[in-house]
Amino acid sequence: MCSLEKRGNLFILILTGQNGEHRLNPNLFSSIISAISRAKVESTRGSALVTVSHGKFFCNGFDLDWVNAAGSDEETQQRFNLLLDNLKQLVLAFISLPMPTIAAVNGHAAAGGVVLALCHDYVLMRRHRSVLYMIDLDLGIKIPEPFMALFRAKNSGSARRDLLLRGLKIKGEEALKMGIVEAVYDGEEEVTNAGIKMADDLAKRNWHGEVYAEIRKGLYSELCDILGIASIPIATPRL
Amino acid sequence: MCTLEKRGNLFILTLTGEDRHLFNPDLISSLLKLLSQVKAQATCGSALITQAQGKFFSYGFDLDWAQAAGSEQGAVKRLQQMADLFKPVIATLLSLPMPTIAAITGHAVAAGFTLALSHDYLIMRKDRGILWMPEVDIALTLPDYINALFKEMIGDASVRRHLLLRGLKMKGDEAEKRGVVKAAYDGEAEVREASVCLAENLGKRKWHGEVYAEIRKGLYPQLSAILGLSHKVYAIARL
Repeated sequence: MCSLEKRGNLFILILTGQNGEHRLNPNLFSSIISAISRAKVESTRGSALVTVSHGKFFCNGFDLDWVNAAGSDEETQQRFNLLLDNLKQLVLAFISLPMPTIAAVNGHAAAGGVVLALCHDYVLMRRHRSVLYMIDLDLGIKIPEPFMALFRAKNSGSARRDLLLRGLKIKGEEALKMGIVEAVYDGEEEVTNAGIKMADDLAKRNWHGEVYAEIRKGLYSELCDILGIASIPIATPRL
Repeated sequence: MCTLEKRGNLFILTLTGEDRHLFNPDLISSLLKLLSQVKAQATCGSALITQAQGKFFSYGFDLDWAQAAGSEQGAVKRLQQMADLFKPVIATLLSLPMPTIAAITGHAVAAGFTLALSHDYLIMRKDRGILWMPEVDIALTLPDYINALFKEMIGDASVRRHLLLRGLKMKGDEAEKRGVVKAAYDGEAEVREASVCLAENLGKRKWHGEVYAEIRKGLYPQLSAILGLSHKVYAIARL
């Protein structure tokens, strides 16, 4: 599922999956959200979080097999709605996390997996063997709020349209050009190490975690309004 | 402190002296008074240039004055006071019935950067001076109107995030490349000259000031709403 490792000031969220697949079902959601909660509880000044994964997939979105295994149409819809709700909780958890966050995307990310990546402050990616794919359009699935708000917050201009409205499988270089990711790397080890290094660099800034989270929320105010979390003013100035 | 000069159709607002032009309540009041004068004397073809003498455009709110309150609570209260006093300055600039240009020949930091960003056009030095939002480093959250300003003035989500969540110190050439400023020039004289040139060219268009202001407000609806600026519909068709 996933595990949380602590290395000095860094929290490392490791996504591991059976058969290398990482599909979001209630178990995985619960796992990730617990890990984030733990990081929040144990956070100090100068903490940072980096999410890494191993194998072919970063995260492939909702576990549609689990959804469709329901006994009736009604239950299928209920299961799907449950996953939507879980994803919303996940976004909330990340947006409120009192430390900088980085996703080191070493494999494919689709739909909810793209959302998971974009929940982080910074996204690094592999140049090859990794695509970002908002498959929703091709599958005929609408993208509801607050996830649309997340895309509006994190992406701009034609990149946003191309990500959502074109069914593109976006490779590393393209994602870099579109401003969706910060940097691209060759190889799983390289992108993972780069993620850890970046987390380390940001941790060294020794930011006040609560303030960092509130500035993040102010930056993404529309998203926070839709999620129902207000940002609170804090002034504990290091004058 | 600050002076207002009229040169033909140009209004030139200058932050005088070689100091950091810190926005304490006195300077903020002066700025507001002078900007109100500009508004009152506006005619067709007017334009405003805001500039500063010395190494600093402005280093933002006077944190020394805030700390002189004697207690942390007092300091926080004074910070809030300055933020509240500054809001009408931004509101006046946003509704000023003429094109506005910030000629940034020195460091524009925190509220100083905010003041510059409230102009229609930013012209900056390439060889000296930075744009910087240090709030994340000094553990201060941003008032809602400043969040809204950055959101609507800087379209690129990645740039906004680097400025606000990472406390990036942005030099002129990067600011130009990333669209934060219109243009960057080597040298103080070049920046002033380019600003006057731009102001004169814009003035020559003889725009109807009120209409100009309304169109500007329409570009920044969220910011205008937070600043309490109402919207008027004009049709003075020059057909």
